[in-house]
Amino acid sequence: MPRAHRVLPGFGLSLGFTLAYLSLIVLIPLSAVFIKSAGMEPARFWQVVTSERVVASYELSFGMSLLAAAINMVFGLLLAWTIVRYSFPGRKLIDALVDLPFALPTAVAGIALTAIYAPNGWIGQFLAPLGIKVAFGPAGVLVALVFIGLPFVVRTVQPILEDFESEFEEAAASLGASRFQTVRRVVLPALIPALLTGFALAFARAVGEYGSVIFIAGNIPMVSEITPLMIITRLEEFDYEGATAIASVMLLVSFVLLLIINSLQGWMSQRGRRIS
Amino acid sequence: MSIEIRNIVKAFGNFRAVDNVSLDLPKGELVALLGPSGCGKTTLLRIIAGLESADEGHVLFEGKDATSKHVRERQVGFVFQHYALFRHMSVFENVAFGLRVKPRATRPSEAQIRERVLRLLDLVQLSWLKDRFPAQLSGGQRQRIALARALAVEPQVLLLDEPFGALDAKVRKELRRWLRRLHDELHISSIFVTHDQEEALEVADRIVLMNKGHIEQIGTPRQIYEEPATSFAYSFIGNVNAFRGKVEGGYVRVGSDLLPHSRTDLSDGQPVIAYARPHDTEIVADGPAANGVAARVNRVLTNGNVSRVELIANGPDRGVAKDYFEVELGAEELAQLQLANGQRVRIQSRRLSVFEDQPLG
Repeated sequence: MPRAHRVLPGFGLSLGFTLAYLSLIVLIPLSAVFIKSAGMEPARFWQVVTSERVVASYELSFGMSLLAAAINMVFGLLLAWTIVRYSFPGRKLIDALVDLPFALPTAVAGIALTAIYAPNGWIGQFLAPLGIKVAFGPAGVLVALVFIGLPFVVRTVQPILEDFESEFEEAAASLGASRFQTVRRVVLPALIPALLTGFALAFARAVGEYGSVIFIAGNIPMVSEITPLMIITRLEEFDYEGATAIASVMLLVSFVLLLIINSLQGWMSQRGRRIS
Repeated sequence: MSIEIRNIVKAFGNFRAVDNVSLDLPKGELVALLGPSGCGKTTLLRIIAGLESADEGHVLFEGKDATSKHVRERQVGFVFQHYALFRHMSVFENVAFGLRVKPRATRPSEAQIRERVLRLLDLVQLSWLKDRFPAQLSGGQRQRIALARALAVEPQVLLLDEPFGALDAKVRKELRRWLRRLHDELHISSIFVTHDQEEALEVADRIVLMNKGHIEQIGTPRQIYEEPATSFAYSFIGNVNAFRGKVEGGYVRVGSDLLPHSRTDLSDGQPVIAYARPHDTEIVADGPAANGVAARVNRVLTNGNVSRVELIANGPDRGVAKDYFEVELGAEELAQLQLANGQRVRIQSRRLSVFEDQPLG
């Protein structure tokens, strides 16, 4: 029987390696979570994952992560725009600063943010008289999540913006569009796929964040406890099954949300795809 | 709309892309800005459009100074070399763009927009593609959509930057003819930039030949081809044989050979460069007393009625500007000459154009 030849060799080998590697690093550890929690009685599982405190933590974790990703999408775009479009002294410096949240141990970030936003901190002392409480509350969680998610949108939008030819903007202007119309109708739509990718990454990072949030959140039950903290709490009580139960719910929700964002992104970029 | 360009200067750093160019373009003509790459033709076009600002000089539309007007207000339609179609918009929306961004007071209604866009798509014969996206179109189709989009805002002037540059040869020929017909239908003043002399000669009413930031010659395609005004014009347009030498009375001395010429205003010893079109060049038998530049037959190419003979310079020194020549002759002449490859002959011209030569370097 004649064998069909592919132009790129090594498909079998590379796919095999990919699957083996992915299994070892990602799939096996993750499935352990489900296997472990599957050992529970359904009733107990349900009781753990729907207990009031845990549900409140879902709301906080996913809600704040989405909000932080959204904030990062807006301001990340602004940062990327400034870095790409203008040349000014210190541009390279700002460009490098963007990556710092990646490099900093998250606990350090958490402590630094707490020190600044605490009622007696640099910024907190001005906010406190206004009745705004950032550190030791849900707002603190948001600040920490915005901080750690900052680089994602900047880094995904930046290359697209760099490649965006000025011809498109010139074409829009020659057709009578104002600067605002040009940005809204021509530039932004071209950036949407990259913005969504950045959003998804920032969101995923925020959902899983632990170190920085723990210091600034105050961890008040029902108010500012994030889901990862609930898992850690269970672990400290040696309730491994309870911990994995919560973890599996978290995994599932994250997976579904990411799937939605990614298919949205795929759909958006398919419309504007270039064939030639 | 008539366009006047007054003493335009544009420099990029030390490089003067457009160097004191003045130009009058009457209403309704299709004008080609022709020149080699880097001659400043695209820069000049972008200055006319308002996409680039001149360092000095003025652009006048219909006698009114438009120099400080923004591209938005100039009412020019600009077609970009790579079309710059908005990729996330359908063909219909691309064409409608210029209408949709109009201020509310002058914006046509949705029904009017629809009607106008469909009419334009009919004009470019692509209304069946209205729901496609630019990525799904061929190069030629994209080009025509870009043109329809530019026409949607009813511009006073249509400016096209290398309109056929990115297309393959066959589509390019078709589109050329189509653009010419479209222009005859609409009579909108149009300027297109090209480096392809054939394209300019075939499509334009008038050609502006540019070189190194200034204008070499302005004229109809016929004038440009038949009466090149400068040495550059001669060498850029059409095939040409070039001979470098010095004046010696009624002759140009090329190396050790002599070419007769008819200019009388040149003094002896003046370095010159002489040009002759291939169809004005003749092959004569070699002989001790014969005039003409010595050459050797390299190849004879017959294509229908006209034959082209390629020759290699055979002089003892390379006094010639190029080291090969081309001669076009009819089938009968060719038969009479009975040329063989490698045969030594001489070439001369019935119509030799002689220009003072700039010193080499």
